[in-house]
Amino acid sequence: MKPRPIAGIILRQFYLIRGSPVRALPMFAWVAIDIVVWGFITRYLDSMSAGRFNYVPSLLGAVLMWDFFTRIMQGVSTAFLEDVWSRNFLNLFATPLTLCEYITGLVITSIATSAVGLIVMLALATAVFGLSFVALGALLIPFLLVLFCFGIALGILASALVLRLGPASEWLVWPLPALLSPFVGVFYPLSILPRWMQTVAHLLPPAYVFQGMRAVLAHRPFYAGSLALGGAIALLDILLAGYFFTRVFRHAVRTGLLARYSAESTG
Amino acid sequence: MTDRDTVVPAAHPAGNVVLSVTELCKHYRGLVAVDRVSFEVRTREVVGLLGPNGAGKTTTINMVLGVLSPTTGSVRIAGIDLARQRTEALAHANFSAVYAALPGNLTVAQNLKFFGLVYGVPALRARVAAVLEEFELAHLRNTKCGVLSSGEQTRVALAKAVLNRPRLLLLDEPTASLDPAAARTIRARIRRLAAQSECGILWTSHNMYEVEAVCDRVLFLSRGRVLLEGDPRTLPGAHGAPTLEELFIRLAREPLSAPLERTG
Repeated sequence: MKPRPIAGIILRQFYLIRGSPVRALPMFAWVAIDIVVWGFITRYLDSMSAGRFNYVPSLLGAVLMWDFFTRIMQGVSTAFLEDVWSRNFLNLFATPLTLCEYITGLVITSIATSAVGLIVMLALATAVFGLSFVALGALLIPFLLVLFCFGIALGILASALVLRLGPASEWLVWPLPALLSPFVGVFYPLSILPRWMQTVAHLLPPAYVFQGMRAVLAHRPFYAGSLALGGAIALLDILLAGYFFTRVFRHAVRTGLLARYSAESTG
Repeated sequence: MTDRDTVVPAAHPAGNVVLSVTELCKHYRGLVAVDRVSFEVRTREVVGLLGPNGAGKTTTINMVLGVLSPTTGSVRIAGIDLARQRTEALAHANFSAVYAALPGNLTVAQNLKFFGLVYGVPALRARVAAVLEEFELAHLRNTKCGVLSSGEQTRVALAKAVLNRPRLLLLDEPTASLDPAAARTIRARIRRLAAQSECGILWTSHNMYEVEAVCDRVLFLSRGRVLLEGDPRTLPGAHGAPTLEELFIRLAREPLSAPLERTG
């Protein structure tokens, strides 16, 4: 892997974001609105419970972490979609760029754009609604890391789906996080789910994060091994997503899909 | 039309092989798009790839660019096998095609910097400045490509195509959207590039006058096969046609069962 082609991929995304407020705004605007809405909901619930239960860390904290995961996933897939929208595949993949360099560039772009969203969410949630991660302590870092890894995996998978199914399939990939949310128990324990949904949940790393987070906040026993398993699944998912993307790319090169994606082959 | 004589210098003798295509085939579910095509391009040589729509020209170019894998056969760029060492082989190639415009949401300079990094061009800042000058684009460096005229976009695409000083340059109808004066300038520039560098050029065009003016050698493709190969200035006479265009029309109508011939 060479650093200059990766820098090229990142630089292109930087140019696009710098030159377009429409691209810069979603990096923080929607997550900020989410935090404001859920901030007031938790404040209302707190007033209803008359101090018996603090909803801020369990609900607002969960929203913040779920939004972080969503931004990571969309950061990768949006960077990929820029090449779909500008019909750039032929120019891009007729170069010495390797798939690994390309995906690494997309992932680094996603880290940068998601970091902006995370900072805005943390600032709003702590300053305006009094969210504190003191109770989670150092565990916050592995929680975020697991979500980050799974977000990367889902972003690569979403990009592969768009490459395989065509530009119109972007409408299938945007709702992917929403599709997963009922299974991972962002706001409720997995035990209330039907058995088959629990089975699916155990294959999804965010389920381990939100279970662990609720256990820590409720002063129940927290099992580090469980979170480690979630992390291992997330890393495995990155490898599987990378493999899937490579297979889809090879299929696209073999069948002519890649060449036709941006050009009508008339010759 | 004799702008080869008036605008461009005579071609230098051809040198080393920069593109070697051997027995290239592409089949799509029973359809044979390219059928055992073999040819070479040498340094300082401009080879025309001619044929009617659907002949297999763009399919062949896509296989040479590595964005379409051949069913059988091999492509070697600067002696490097594309199938085995894709990255190393493609580092020696570049292309410009009417159907592959550069991203319109980046400026001219941003596009050149982006592709310069992807191609690993050394001393990129100076190289970008040089190609901007060479293709008279310096005044457009901060203009988004999407708002350029088609002629300007062609020049930007050509600037990108020479950015990495490729050994092999593929040009798919590079003058299709240019007015006659701009087309002549571009032809002269590309001839000069072929004459003065270690670059070989594979050129497609439907303009037979242009092909005669620019190409040292042509290959006629029809229904995926090479029907004829030779010097575009002597081929028509050798085959009883008054012009290259007339020969093109005859060959495009030729049944595949007719005897194939390669000359020169």
